[in-house]
Amino acid sequence: MKFYIALLIMGVLTSNFVLSKFLGICPFLGVSKKLNTAVGMSTAVIFVMLLATAATYPLNILLEKFDLEYLQTIVFILVIAALVQIVEIVMKKYIKPLYKALGIYLPLITTNCAVLGVVILNIDNITEYASYGFGFGHAMMNSFAAGAGFMLAMVIFAGVRSRLETADVPKFMQGLPITLVAASIVSLSFLGFAGLVEGLGLL
Amino acid sequence: MNPILLAVIIVAGIGIIAGALLAILSKIMAVPVDEKAVQIEEILPGANCGACGFSGCSGYAAALSSGSTVNTGLCAPGGNEVSAKIADIMGLAAGNIEPMTALVFCKGDNTNANKKMVYSGVASCKMAAQLFGGDKACIYGCLGLGDCVNECPYNAIKICNGVAVVSPELCRACKRCVNVCPKKLIDLVPKSKAGAAVLCRNHDKGALTRKECKVGCIGCTKCVKACPNEAITMDKNAAVVDVSKCTGCGACAEGCPTGAIELLRFSENA
Repeated sequence: MKFYIALLIMGVLTSNFVLSKFLGICPFLGVSKKLNTAVGMSTAVIFVMLLATAATYPLNILLEKFDLEYLQTIVFILVIAALVQIVEIVMKKYIKPLYKALGIYLPLITTNCAVLGVVILNIDNITEYASYGFGFGHAMMNSFAAGAGFMLAMVIFAGVRSRLETADVPKFMQGLPITLVAASIVSLSFLGFAGLVEGLGLL
Repeated sequence: MNPILLAVIIVAGIGIIAGALLAILSKIMAVPVDEKAVQIEEILPGANCGACGFSGCSGYAAALSSGSTVNTGLCAPGGNEVSAKIADIMGLAAGNIEPMTALVFCKGDNTNANKKMVYSGVASCKMAAQLFGGDKACIYGCLGLGDCVNECPYNAIKICNGVAVVSPELCRACKRCVNVCPKKLIDLVPKSKAGAAVLCRNHDKGALTRKECKVGCIGCTKCVKACPNEAITMDKNAAVVDVSKCTGCGACAEGCPTGAIELLRFSENA
C-alpha cells in the first residue's frame, strides 16, 4: 500500500511527467490556453495512459519470451495507435457523450510521447523497483499518477497563461518566448517537492 | 528460428492483427453519419468566414442537416448558387440572397481631406482611432491604415491614396470589414440595382466640414429636396439614402455641391 502512495506522489509531484521528465511538452504548450480544453486533454491522456499500460504490459512479456525487447518502441507505438482507434470506434457507437467530451483530443494523443514514455518507463520500473515487487497493479497506478501529474501541470499552466494574456509583456517576448519562460519557472517551482517521498518514509 | 525472421514475423503479425481488427470493427461499429451534412459541406465555399453566424462551414452544414436552421440563404460568400444547391439537398425552399457588396462610405483621400497631425504610430486604424480620433481633421473619416484590408479573406479591399476602396467584383459580402472598421464606415449595399449613396458620414456642421474635407456632406439638404421618392433623410448633418426607396435616378448626385453623393452601378444590367 505504501508503495502505491509513493508511486502516486512521485508521478504527480516529485517526478512530474511534464515538469521534470519533459515528456508531453507539445500538448502542454499547445492546449493549455484555456482551462476547459486543458482539462479535456488531460482527461483523455489519463484514459489513454491507463489503456496503453493495460495493453502493453502483457505484450512485453511476449516480447521478452522471444528476446525481442529492442522492438519495444515500434511495437508499442503500433499497438497504442491501433488501440486508441478501436476505443474511439467503440466509444462513438456506445458511449456518445464521452466520445463528444474527449472529442479531437483522443486521436491527437495517440502518438503522444508522454503516453509512449509511461509504458516504456513502466517496463523499466520492473527491474528498477524489483525489490518492491513492481507488477501490473503498480504499473497501472504509475500510469494514473503520470496522467494526474500531466493534468496538474496543464491546469496550473492554464492559470498562468490566462494571467499572461493581460500582462504587459515587452514586444520581443510576446507569444511563445514568454510562454516558455513561464513554463520553466513553473517547472522550477516543482523542484521544491524533491525528496518528498523519501522524507515521508514511503520508499 | 532465425532471430531476424522471428522479429519480422512478430511485428508484422501484430500489425496485421491490429489492422484487421480495426477494419472489422469499423464495419461492425459503423455509426451512420449524416450524409446530408457531408454533401452540404462540400458545396459550401469552405472559407470558414463565419458570415452565416455558425462556427464555420462545417458548423453551418451540421446545423442545416440537423434541422436547427432551415434558412439556406445564410452563406453570403456562396450566394444564390450555393443556397439553391443546399435547398435541393434538404428539400427546402431556397433562401434568396440579394447579391451585396461592401462599400466604404468615405471619399476623404489624401487630396480631399485635411490632416491635423502626422501619425507615426502602429499602422492600425483601431490604434490610430484612439489617438484623438486619428490623423485626419475629420474624425468620421476613413483612416486608411488597412484594418479592413487585413481582415478581408478575399483580398477585395485596397487602400487608394489614404482611403479604403472595395472592389465589388471580389467582395463576397461576408461582413468582416463591416465589423472591424473602428469608424463604422463600411456597410453592405445591393449589387444588382443602381442606387445613390452619400459617401460621407460627417456629422459636423457644414462650415466645419468644409474646412476638414473637400468632399464631405455639409448637410445642405439640397438632395433631400431634389429626391422625387423621398428616399433621402438627414441624420445629424449628414444625408442618408434609404436603399429600398432609391430608384437610382441620380437627381441628388447632380445637385450635390461637394460631390459627396455618388451614383453606384455595379453590374451592367442595373
